[in-house]
Amino acid sequence: MFSLEMSKEQKMIKDEVAKLVKGIVTKNANEMDEKREIPEDTVQKAWELGASVSMVSEEFGGFGMDDSPVTTAIVLEELAFGDLAFAIQATLPSLVISPLVSMGTKEQQSKYLPLLCGEKYSAATLAISEEKFGFDPVELETKAEKKNGAYVLSGEKCFVPLAESAFVILVAASLEGENNLFIVNKGNAGLKIGEKEKNLGLNALDSYKITLKNCEVPAEDRLGGDHGCDYAKFLQKCRIGMSAIGTGVSRASFEFAMEYAKVRGQFGEPIAHKQSVAFMIAQMAYEVDSMRLMTWNAASKLEAGKDAKREAYLAKFYTGEKAMYVTDCGVQLLGGHGYTKEYPVERYYRNGRGISIIEGMATV
Amino acid sequence: MISLELPEVVEQTKEMMHGLAKDLFRPISRKYDELEHVYPEELEVCRGFIGGKKKAETKPEGGEKKKKTKKPTFKNLIGVVTIEELCWGDLGLLMTIPGMGLGNAAIDAVGTPEQKAKFGPKWAAMAITEPEAGSDSASIQTTAVLDGDEWVINGEKIFVTCADRCDIVVVWANIDPSVGKAGIKSFVIEKDTPGFKLEYLEHKLGIRASDTGTFVLKDCRVPKENLLGTAEISKKKSFAGVMQTFDNTRPTVAAMSVGVARAALEFTKEKMEEKGIVIDYEKSPYSMSALEKEFYKMDADVDAIRLLVWQAASMADAGVRNSLQASMCKAKAGKVGTAVTQKCCELLGPLGYSQDYLPEKWMRDVKIADIFEGTGQIQHLIVARQLMKLSSKELK
Repeated sequence: MFSLEMSKEQKMIKDEVAKLVKGIVTKNANEMDEKREIPEDTVQKAWELGASVSMVSEEFGGFGMDDSPVTTAIVLEELAFGDLAFAIQATLPSLVISPLVSMGTKEQQSKYLPLLCGEKYSAATLAISEEKFGFDPVELETKAEKKNGAYVLSGEKCFVPLAESAFVILVAASLEGENNLFIVNKGNAGLKIGEKEKNLGLNALDSYKITLKNCEVPAEDRLGGDHGCDYAKFLQKCRIGMSAIGTGVSRASFEFAMEYAKVRGQFGEPIAHKQSVAFMIAQMAYEVDSMRLMTWNAASKLEAGKDAKREAYLAKFYTGEKAMYVTDCGVQLLGGHGYTKEYPVERYYRNGRGISIIEGMATV
Repeated sequence: MISLELPEVVEQTKEMMHGLAKDLFRPISRKYDELEHVYPEELEVCRGFIGGKKKAETKPEGGEKKKKTKKPTFKNLIGVVTIEELCWGDLGLLMTIPGMGLGNAAIDAVGTPEQKAKFGPKWAAMAITEPEAGSDSASIQTTAVLDGDEWVINGEKIFVTCADRCDIVVVWANIDPSVGKAGIKSFVIEKDTPGFKLEYLEHKLGIRASDTGTFVLKDCRVPKENLLGTAEISKKKSFAGVMQTFDNTRPTVAAMSVGVARAALEFTKEKMEEKGIVIDYEKSPYSMSALEKEFYKMDADVDAIRLLVWQAASMADAGVRNSLQASMCKAKAGKVGTAVTQKCCELLGPLGYSQDYLPEKWMRDVKIADIFEGTGQIQHLIVARQLMKLSSKELK
């Protein structure tokens, strides 16, 4: 069945997220960026919408609903429409919850899911990126070795959001050439949290470098148990997640710039009346639609139980490029004003640059 | 609920059309590019097969038996999937499938049951453009004056597709220039009507299998009943109504770009793979060659335009106004089709420039999809006007 119309439920969820974003995110996003902090209660309010736990079974504290990658993509776009850093932080526990639900052993699920799905937001995060030239998420330098019935991890990771406060960090590492995920608990002697990172964008999001040195992980904390997990599938989900938030930040820039062009007067009329401006706006519009459709296309494949390797890869590739293009247009259309912190387009521009670089900060 | 999985009926059509494109179109693709203006007899097997079903349905058979049902239909989706597949075969040949003229669509859309019965089975071309009226189709100069039981039509029409091969032509003419575009009506003219002359056939950059001609109308007299629809002049609806029919054709033109671009991309991929370059949708963009990166970029772009086309088509199927989305898909598809085929020729090097292979032809062919039924620039204008609710006076 082919349809691009949201179900009643999808529409309801979208509206609810949009309302929250409009109420407490959009207006405060610049301040959060300046102060490099997202207020706890803002994150908590988003958490209470329950998007991250909806597909967890009730026995573990979730709602026991069907896992819908498309619905998640819709939610992520809306959150990122408000602010990219906020979208990542608000859904960060999903990066542990989602793989646990789809690939964790029964023991792992019953041990960790109830802790992750509480009424209060509790930080849990994913460590996948490595600070090196030409980083490739399928060619991990972080290694895991089996020793005395446990796994010993060694390597360095970057772009790990909330590493300082997270009670578990899911670490991607290569074990005998196979990519795996390991659950590393807070306080592990071999885990060292580095200094808070300073990046081009996503300033409101606390992120860290971490070092794993002889980091011993009990055998039962290898995701999926002795056979490991389907890392490739997880990567697909992350790519779709990143595409969804890339769509959101681009739409924010597009809509802001379009409204601005309609009221900004020059030479006696709104600049929107000039073709060079109007054509840019038209391009931004169809690029945002393209990004969303590429994201939905990949998510829809997963939802139908099919492999989405190609679609997820191309969606991330495409949204990464176009997020830069669209957010650049946003700054350009506002001219000198777009270059200042008076307007949000400069933030969208810095944040949008991250989509193609960062892996695994959102998932469906 | 959102799902981009094609229904089985669409998949089946897609497969069937692909077979036709591969077995019928591709083998004669180069032949009719070179034979320009010669009718591809091989296409006769398509007569009544593609686009023929529509006519059978519209035949008036006394009482109206069929009632409109609200079951989801995929008519437009099937349409664009068909176009993509056939254009993967050959865009020029698609344009000249017997009986599938734009004029047929117009008769189907606004004709009376009698007109549909009389003209429906004939191959109908469409004549709108004039030397001084391209995208600004409201400014046509051709006139029709009622004289007794006949309309007397005078003017000149250019860029008429299937001009030589068609049986009849649907001609746009103004019956009352004093009221401007509201006076524009369409008339069915039989090819052998005195005063109606095919003056010239164009030599073109691409889609050379499709004949494009100029008609001169000099005191051409057609029966009164050949006016499609009503002769009444309604100031509000008339012209806007005519233009609305293009909402449904723009996605099909965009689908042409998708098909041709995909053909070029698949050819390029084949050649890359022969050289051992693997397209695995896994490699980090930071560790691939420039050539590979170009490929993935194009691959993603072609997916994007296909999805934009599907978006517009599925809205039409759902009965939702899709004017914005129709123009969006055509605006981007025109650009992507052109850019992808150019880049493929570049990447293919000598194989891309030689007429021993088809990519150079695809590069020439696909350009038309960025031009006809509203150039890319016009589409961008329409998109911007619709998005910002600006009139054509505010955003010229």
